[in-house]
Order: sequence, then structure tokens, then C-alpha cells
Amino acid sequence: MTYHNPPTTPRKSATFDDYAMSEIRRAAATGIYDIRGSGAKRRVPHFDDLLFLGASISRYALEGYRERCDTTVVLGTRFAKKPIELKIPITVAGMSFGSLSGPAKEALGRGATLSGTSTTTGDGGMTEEERGHSEKLVYQVLPSRYGMNPRDLRRADAIEVVVGQGAKPGGGGMLLGQKISDRVAEMRTLPKGIDQRSACRHPDWTGPDDLEIKILEIREITDWEKPIYVKVGGARPYYDTALAVKAGADVVVLDGMQGGTAATQEVFIEHVGQPTLACIRPAVQALQDLGMHRKVQLIVSGGIRNGADVAKALALGADAVSVGTAALIALGDNDPRWEEEYQKLGSTAGAYDDWHEGKDPAGITTQDSELMKRVDPVAAGRRLANYLKVMTLEAQTIARACGKNHVHNLEPEDLCALTIEAAAMSGVPLAGTNWVPGKSAF
Amino acid sequence: MATSNLAKAVTHEDQHAAKVFDLSKTTLRELNQALHDASEGSNHTNWEIINPKGSHAVAVGVELPLQIDVRGSVGYYCAGMNQNSTITVHGSAGPGVAENMMSGTVVVKGDASQYAGATGRGGLLVIEGNASSRCGISMKGIDIVVRGNVGHMSAFMAQSGNLVIMGDAGDALGDSIYEARLFVRGSVKSLGADCIEKEMRPEHIEILQGLLDRAGVTDAKPQDFKRYGSARTLYNFNIDNADAY
Amino acid sequence: MCGIVGLFLKDKSLEPQLGAMLSEMLVLLTDRGPDSAGIAIYGSSAAGHGKITVQSPSPEADFAGLDSEVAKEIGAPVAMTVKSTHAVLELPADKLEAAREAISTLRPDARVMGVGESIEIYKEVGLPEEVARRFDVSGMSGSHGIGHTRMATESAVTTMGAHPFSTGPDQCLVHNGSLSNHNNMRRKLRREGMKFETENDTEVAAAYLSHQIATGKGLGEALESSLNDLDGFFTFVVGTKNGFGVVRDPIACKPAVMAETDQYVAFGSEYRALANLPGVEQARVWEPEPSTVYFWEH
Repeated sequence: MTYHNPPTTPRKSATFDDYAMSEIRRAAATGIYDIRGSGAKRRVPHFDDLLFLGASISRYALEGYRERCDTTVVLGTRFAKKPIELKIPITVAGMSFGSLSGPAKEALGRGATLSGTSTTTGDGGMTEEERGHSEKLVYQVLPSRYGMNPRDLRRADAIEVVVGQGAKPGGGGMLLGQKISDRVAEMRTLPKGIDQRSACRHPDWTGPDDLEIKILEIREITDWEKPIYVKVGGARPYYDTALAVKAGADVVVLDGMQGGTAATQEVFIEHVGQPTLACIRPAVQALQDLGMHRKVQLIVSGGIRNGADVAKALALGADAVSVGTAALIALGDNDPRWEEEYQKLGSTAGAYDDWHEGKDPAGITTQDSELMKRVDPVAAGRRLANYLKVMTLEAQTIARACGKNHVHNLEPEDLCALTIEAAAMSGVPLAGTNWVPGKSAF
Repeated sequence: MATSNLAKAVTHEDQHAAKVFDLSKTTLRELNQALHDASEGSNHTNWEIINPKGSHAVAVGVELPLQIDVRGSVGYYCAGMNQNSTITVHGSAGPGVAENMMSGTVVVKGDASQYAGATGRGGLLVIEGNASSRCGISMKGIDIVVRGNVGHMSAFMAQSGNLVIMGDAGDALGDSIYEARLFVRGSVKSLGADCIEKEMRPEHIEILQGLLDRAGVTDAKPQDFKRYGSARTLYNFNIDNADAY
Repeated sequence: MCGIVGLFLKDKSLEPQLGAMLSEMLVLLTDRGPDSAGIAIYGSSAAGHGKITVQSPSPEADFAGLDSEVAKEIGAPVAMTVKSTHAVLELPADKLEAAREAISTLRPDARVMGVGESIEIYKEVGLPEEVARRFDVSGMSGSHGIGHTRMATESAVTTMGAHPFSTGPDQCLVHNGSLSNHNNMRRKLRREGMKFETENDTEVAAAYLSHQIATGKGLGEALESSLNDLDGFFTFVVGTKNGFGVVRDPIACKPAVMAETDQYVAFGSEYRALANLPGVEQARVWEPEPSTVYFWEH
């Protein structure tokens, strides 16, 4: 009887896992970095790591459906003659026409309007579809200034100066040739079919001292009527918030790294920026240090999925949240009904992120005239409205359970954290203790 | 052209009806509000702004074919997003003069600071002195005529329109340029990525002559200029061009 | 992130007005920086004498008897002028280092803002107008001066975080922009013996130049080398005992305007700072080129 050495089980490297190796092979074969849409997919500490305490004997709950729990938010109370009032503390984030199809933009407007909230343009100018179907529309002023014009500035309800985005703080947008159709090219004054890479800095200002003057110009053009938002990616939230306030913003929009993008380098999405959860408290601290909390409103975005996320963001000090990726999912993005087609594209429902290729089976992130017909703007808008309504009801449910007659009365003290990381990032105590890492002794 | 002829005609008749705004006495807000509230057919189509002393956002967002003369130097974003009106700065202009202009004419009698005509979509910007860096950055259809020199990175990412430089251009002219046309009479210190000299064909001579005429330039011949534009090698990503960045 | 002004007089008859001209220029740029303001003035001192500007959070306690106590320590006469939170001590030039050490021992809470034969530095939290009034800058005469109004980016809004920063005798620097490699540079300079009071990027730039000058470089050469060694966006205006210099980074997007006449050279972050200077309408007005060092010396 011969003795064979027992074989060891084949073992894959934790460092060189299947994904890392596939990336190396892809890079070696193509000579270009991976480009994709959406936000960070890695696991980061998130709202799921926080829990609400709820009412008990020491606090009294409100009766659901009977006792009022208000959700209105007024944005732009600092300087604007015409602040905007949202019925719900959830808005729809900026997504460009170009990156999204016309029907998808229309559906976002319809859904937001049905819910009493606003939607936002993107890096491609304002379309008639979205202006027509959006009762409240926020017009973005971006580094590229594609489609920028004073008429649209005046017919906007608020103006958002975009400095950065959570998916790529410090980077500009991308729109690759497949999606530069005739209409997109015309709106952006670009040749059809080129790979468009937007600027990462504004063409006519750099730094907060110049931003203050830029904001003055926009206010003068629009006769001080519109709220001016400043949007920043989650990079240095304390300083960025403080500087936006000093430069004269009415509203600060803060986008964490889970926030999506139409297209950029995978390495940028996954390795630059901070998780949304880690951004909120420094931003709120900056507002409090300047005596501006609630006077300059804070909108938080990046990975908001449900009413619990909304309530947690508000409890940490935000005035409202905004949704982008979640809104696209409500419209039909990554829906399993298109699984067969996702498979043909080498992906699967739930993982599809090659938004830059313009082949989206759901007809949302495309300029293909056949594919975009799959989005019925009325039905998709209704789905978005339903989803926003559900999130609001969920947030109200939690607020009532914590004894609040307005969602803005949620406080950090209504929360506890499940992990040390989340406790440290959000500044709330670890569950069952009074311990906030970095702030108090265990 | 119809609107600018109208502006000229009305100006002529109302020469003494010029409305004067003294920025040492009235606020910027009152000035811009008055310019926005001016209505079609009003007596005041001729405006004079005195003592600007480097103020920002002077005469921004004007929509009507007004004739506006600014006596002195202005700060950032003078004539920003201008439509239809003719604005003359009798002095120098700070950063971003006529930024995102849609139409009309803006004339700077002195020098212009950085970002002159940034992202402009239409109309004519004439700078009689020198323009500093990034003149015509991301221009999207505006025509710019600079009698003097322009600084570095001018016409950076310029998408469309014409930039005429009667003097010299600084470093990295036309970096990452798209379809804008650049005409330079003097020297070019260096060209930016993907910007090359191109043949001056008869149609370009004609375009340039038209621009010089509109800018009131009589002392330059189109034949003395060289044309620059995009080599279009960066329009679609190619790893072998990565050194260009 | 800020507003900068600088004025270098060629015409001696303007010297009595230096403080008034410089503070007016700075007040005109108030919008660019609401957090703090500061001014460095190069005035005259008696032959063989030098000056130390000291700042204290509790001036009444710290400045009481400071002149006689320092005089005793260094064995030489000391004349002191107190202006609000700042005091200027005038004493023999060869005793400046000894006096600086004596002050740090005698008044541990007081900070030395600047040392040299002619420099005086005044800076505080607040708007330019308040700061200029508090220290009566308008009444000061001198040959050249630099002012700064600050919108703090990443470091604290404190007196010590205000500009100008002085890290060598009669040297000072103000900055508009944001450096991106200042932490590494601070560590390198610390290893080479430079001392730092703040986490401010501008202090690193000032210390960098002082270090270059200490190794024997002239102001012009030191500014040239900063273009290779400092990363980020900057417009620097610097002063030395006899000189005045300006440099911008290779991208040069922070604003800068200069004007020169037979009487002066002036710098402003914006033209409006220069608008009221005498004869500015006829001055040569230009924007400094990127990566180009400009400097003037008496």
C-alpha cells in the first residue's frame, strides 16, 4: 500500500481575490482603467449600524395616524426672497439628461411633484421635459456649464453650485461617446460621439473667497429670489461646510461616497471620499460652531434607501436628504424582469453598473431611442412617488415612536450605535453604554 | 443684428436721456434691479454707471438691448450672462468679464483679468487691451477679439466659437480644445494638448474678416493671422495618448 | 483663501502715509476674508536698533513692566510701545535674540510675532477695519508693507493663524490659496530645525523661504525654489528688510493684480484694492505671470 501525501485544499488569496485578479486581467488586456456608474459598493459603516431608542416610560410616544408628525422642510431661509417649501424631507438628487434618458428625467419630475418635493437637473442643462413636469426644480451650476443660460437660471426654483460629488470628490463628470447622441451633443455644444470628460474645477472661480463673489453674481442675476445651494462631496465635511456658509450659501448639500455617478473611474468611486455616516456630524458641527444650524439647511445624500435612513440622517442633524440611486431603482433600474438581458451584457440584475455604455435594459441610463421607450414616465413617476411616500411614512413612524411632532425634532440622543466604528463616526454612544469613542471614557 | 441696430438707433435719439447710476451712492442691487426692470420701449435705453471702483457683478443678467457705459474699472463677472445689450467698460475688467454671455456686445477698453468670456455661448466680446490667463475657457459659441495679448491656458477646453488674438498668446494655448477656432496674429508661446496649427482656407479668411469688422478693427488683415484648432486625437480615449495629460 | 495687499514705496515723500494707504487697501478687500486680518509694516528704527513685536492674550498683565524686566535680562535699554494686544520693544540689534529668549521665559503666554531691524507685525481675529483701528495702522509710516484678510480654510481662526507669518528676521509672508504638501514640508523643515507655532499651510511657506534664505539664498532665488518644492495653489507676497516679492504657482488661478508708477509698486488680490491709489489711472497695471518671480529692493 503506497502512502500518498494528503493534498492541501486549493486556497485563494484574500488579497488577490477573484475580483482583484479579474481587474488585473482586464487592465492588462485593454490598457484602460475600469469606468462604471453608481457609487461605492464596498461595505462601509452605514445607517444600519445605528438604532433608535424609541419611547418608554421616560418618554411618551405619539399615536400613529392620529397625532400629527410634521415633515415639511423650508430651504433657503437665509438670504433668498423665495425659499422653497418641501412637503417631505426627501428630495431627488441631480442626475443629468444625457446620463439619463428623457423619459427617465420626466419620470423623476413627475414623481417628485406628486410627492410635494423637488428634483434637480444635472451636468447637461435643463430639459423641457423635466421643467414641465417638475413643480420645484433645482438647477445645477457645474464646472462644465453645459446648457447653462440665464433663462433656465431664472425659471429654476433654486440654484445648486456643484463643487463636488460623493462618488468622486475632486473629479469631473464623464459621458462616453456611446451616449453623446445628437440631442445630447447639441445641449452640450460638443461634437457627437466624443468621450466627454467634464472639468473638475469651475472655469471662473477657485476657492471660497472667489465662490462668495460667484454666489453674489448669481443672486444679482436672479434678483436675490432663489435659494443658492452649494453641493460638496464627502471629503473634508467640516471645512467644506464652514466655507460654503462663509461664501454665502443658503443650503449645503453633502454627498457621501455611496452617492452615485453616471460614470467615472472605479478606483475613484471606491477609494476617494468618506462614507455618508462619517460626513454628517462634522458638517453639523461646522454649522453649530458658526451659529448656523437650521439657518443654513443641510441636505445629506449618498446611500439613503428607506425611512429609517432618512430618520437617522435627520437625527444626526440634517434638514433633509436626497436620493439618486434609490430613485432610479424605484423607476425600474436593475429590475430582475430584465435579467436575461443583463446576463447578455455580462452582468446580473442588481449588479449592472455599466451606465456609461448606454445599453441599459431598463431604458433609464441610455440615449438609445428603442430602450428608452421601456420607461413609461407616468407609471415610473407614480412608482417614485409611492416610494417617496413610503419612506416619509417610515420616517414619521420612527419619529412618532420617539415622541416627536416634527421629524426635525429627532436628535442624536435618540440613537445608539451597534459598532464602535459607527459610534465614533456618528458621535452617538455604543448601544448599552455611554461610550462615544474619542469623546468619552468607556 | 436687428436688436443691436435698434439699440444704436435709440441710443442716438436719447443721447441726453442717459440714466446715470453712481455706484458710490447707490447699491449694486438697485443698479442691477433697475437694469432688469427696464422694459421694452422705455425712454432709458442708455445707461451710464460711474464710480464702479472694481465692484463685482456690475450689469449682470441684462436681457434687453440696452446701451450701458461703465466709466471706470470693474471687478469680477461684469456683464455676466449678458443678452442683447451693449456694455462698454471704459477701464479694466476683473475676472470672468462677460462670463456665459448669450448675445449682445461687451467691450473692455482696458485690460481683462482671467477667465474673460468663460463659457460664453454667443455675442461678441472685444478686449482692447490685454487679456490675462484662461481667456475663452470652455467657450461655447461666443466670439472674442483681443487687441493685445492673452495669458496662459487661453481657450482651455474651448468648445465652439472664435477667439481672435491680435497680439501674442501665452503658454498652452487651446489645451484640450474641441471645435472652437483660434486666430493669432503674434507669437504663440506654446500650444496645449491636442491643439495644432491649421491651414487658413478662404472660408476662414472670410470668417476672420467678419469678426474684425464687427469688432471695429481696421488695422489688421486676416492674412496676417494663423489658425489653430483641435487635432481631435483626444476625442476618444486612447491609452497611447495618456502622456498628453 | 483671502485678500492680499502690498505696497512698496519708491517715493520717500509718501512714507508718512504708508500705514494709511495700506490699511485702506486692505479694508477694500474685507469681503475676501472675514476671519482675521494682519499687517506688517517696515518702518525705521534708530541706527543699530531692532524691534520685537510681541502679542499677548492678556496684554495688561503681560506688558506691565516687560520693558524693564527685559532690559535687566539683556543688560541694555529697552523702549516699549503698547498698542492693544501688541507691544513693540525697541532695543540694540545685537541683543534681539537674547531679548526674544528673555521674553519667552518672562512671559510664557506672550507670542513673538516678528523680529528684525524694521518690521512690525499686527494681526488679530476680526475684520480689517477693526484690526487697522485697534493698532492705529493709519498713523504708521514706513517704506513698504503687506496686509492680509483671511477666510480660514483648514486651520484654526486664531490670532496666531492670522497672516502675515514671520519666520525669520525682518521676513514676512502672506498667502492666498491652499498648499497640498504642507504637512510633509513641515515635517522636513522641523527636522532641519525650523520651529512652528501653528498647523497653518502659510506658516510652512514662510518657514520654507526663511530656511532657504538662511542657507544663503537671496529672496529671488528662494522664491524660485518654492516653485519646485511647494505644491498646490498659491499667490505669495513677501517682505524683507529692503525687499518686496511676489510669486504665483504654475496654474496661477488665485487672483493677483499689480500696479507700478514712479512712486510705488502695489499689489492687490483685486483691482479695487488699488483703485484709490494716487495716479493709478496712469500706472502700469498687470497680472503677475505664473511661475514668475517678481521682486523689488530699495
